[in-house]
Amino acid sequence: MEAFTIHTGRAVPLRRSDVDTDQIIPSEWLKRIERTGFGAGLFAEWRADPAFVLNDPAHAGASILVAGPDFGTGSSREHAVWALQDYGFRAVISSRFADIFRGNALGNGLLPVVLPQAAVEALQAAVERDPNVEITVDLDARQVRGAGVEEPFELDDFTRWRLMEGLDDVGLTLRHEEMISDFERTRPVWLPTSA
Amino acid sequence: MGRTLAEKVWDAHVVRRADGEPDLLYIDLHLVHEVTSPQAFEALRLAGRPVRRPDLTVATEDHNVPTTDTLLPIADPVSAAQVEALRKNCAEFGVRLYPMNDPGQGIVHVVGPQLGLSQPGMTIVCGDSHTSTHGAFGALAFGIGTSQVEHVLATQTLPQRRPRTMAVTVEGELPAGVTAKDLILAIIARIGTSGGAGHVIEYRGAAIRGLSMEGRMTVCNMSIEAGARAGMIAPDDTTFEYLAGRARVATGPEWDEAVAYWRTLASDDDATFDREVVIDAASLTPYVTWGTNPGQAAPLGSSVPTPTDYDDPAARASAERALTYMGLTAGTPLSEVGVDTVFIGSCTNGRLSDLRAAAGVLRGRQVADGVRVLVVPGSMQVKEQAEAEGLHEVFEAAGAQWRSAGCSMCLGMNPDTLRPGERSASTSNRNFEGRQGPGGRTHLVSPEVAAATAVTGRLTAPADL
Repeated sequence: MEAFTIHTGRAVPLRRSDVDTDQIIPSEWLKRIERTGFGAGLFAEWRADPAFVLNDPAHAGASILVAGPDFGTGSSREHAVWALQDYGFRAVISSRFADIFRGNALGNGLLPVVLPQAAVEALQAAVERDPNVEITVDLDARQVRGAGVEEPFELDDFTRWRLMEGLDDVGLTLRHEEMISDFERTRPVWLPTSA
Repeated sequence: MGRTLAEKVWDAHVVRRADGEPDLLYIDLHLVHEVTSPQAFEALRLAGRPVRRPDLTVATEDHNVPTTDTLLPIADPVSAAQVEALRKNCAEFGVRLYPMNDPGQGIVHVVGPQLGLSQPGMTIVCGDSHTSTHGAFGALAFGIGTSQVEHVLATQTLPQRRPRTMAVTVEGELPAGVTAKDLILAIIARIGTSGGAGHVIEYRGAAIRGLSMEGRMTVCNMSIEAGARAGMIAPDDTTFEYLAGRARVATGPEWDEAVAYWRTLASDDDATFDREVVIDAASLTPYVTWGTNPGQAAPLGSSVPTPTDYDDPAARASAERALTYMGLTAGTPLSEVGVDTVFIGSCTNGRLSDLRAAAGVLRGRQVADGVRVLVVPGSMQVKEQAEAEGLHEVFEAAGAQWRSAGCSMCLGMNPDTLRPGERSASTSNRNFEGRQGPGGRTHLVSPEVAAATAVTGRLTAPADL
């Protein structure tokens, strides 16, 4: 996983609430068995509309998505995170994320940043006024600044450390392999198996 | 202090707890399907890691599979490659697979319970958000992403933050003609699509106790549509009766030991929940969705809402967008909304009792002219049981199509899709834009309402036939 410490870039305002993962990456794209190449399918249905914000050349190359509340609801598809990353996004800012999406994003180094709705709207308005304005997402300081906004965000110390080090969970967990084996010896015999 | 059901199951699975870190939870059952697993198996292969507990892992083919001509090769080469990848991965890593045409095949959330693999007090995960279904047994069951699928395959554990708890208490008795599906649609409409975010919901109260196991699965299935990763119901005699005698369930003294433990799982009387919601069952009627998220639902007897009635600007904008997408006019009675297609099936409503309920409405009646009706059993076993009861003859005599098991028209990943602009009444779980096919318009309904709608060609409750 690519480490995340601080990122500065231009942003895209997505003024929609309840953006579900079926919109982020439609199911037709889920048939692929690779982990890359999903950027072309990002918001595929909405991108068919020339007026959709991602089609505005003014936002080409933007790396921060500033979205409405309840981003990433619905399906558990991690492909949604892969699509956002493959398209070039490093962070998504919203006032609320769905739980599974948030976990998937954190597991891949796509930073989900929770800001108050007023701050999100201030950022969206600023980016709409000037698409070239730069926003900095600073994980070290747990702060978003730029476009006239300076706002702290919360992320627990452990997750922050893992992201800043770019560590993946499997490697961390396998350090405790002995504890897993110990636990397995205590499991009741009546628990089912598929064997 | 007392503990809730969710807290008891959580505490019993903590492998490691350290200050400031997520708890490391042991996973008792890992369900796998073809869509969210190929990248996880590939990562194991690259790292040279085995599946730690193939005996606690089980796989099936469901999302991509066609529901007709299942003996022919899958026509879509991309779908075929994904199914083939699952077969190769399961063979290489020693995971038990129920492939297409196997009598054990079906939707992953139908297969687990029917085998008896889903039991009270367990932790169950799957790379699918509707894993919440298994919470009906008093298991802590939740959907995960592909990186977490890899993590569970490699370690049989998952690092997780302890969720908050929420009680949804449904008091009283559901009126005649009101189903588990209507109940969960009403709950989501009440608390919203993020109402359960960060929480595990425990469904409680007399109306929940009165549900069958299959009804409980329907309710828990859609917990994720309220934003909760997991929904749970305390195990009771209904649960034990369902489990007794199933293939993977203990027998003899081990069964007695298991039941004794299961009886301790109910939330303690002095346990406290972080949030509580109370619903009066007697006030409920059949519910349908009118919008493009499952929270946009209303009684079938009411009308398409007027967006300007919403105070919250985000809700108003969302409703406006939804009505445009759905091609609906505010104020139209929902019972006048005509449909092109009816879909009866999915992990929400593809079980035997759902098919019996739909057949009960369709028996002796005819599907309206021009309406396409797909009836898709949730598993091959459900199909076999339904055919033994003659349900397929009822559906076919009425003019509906009787299919083979799979996710079918729930999600647009297989040949069963809506055409652009086409409108459905669907017993599935999501009415998102394009969910059943690009441009498709979905109204979520119960199996009973789906069947009655098939007869009239517009959203209809059986009582109005």
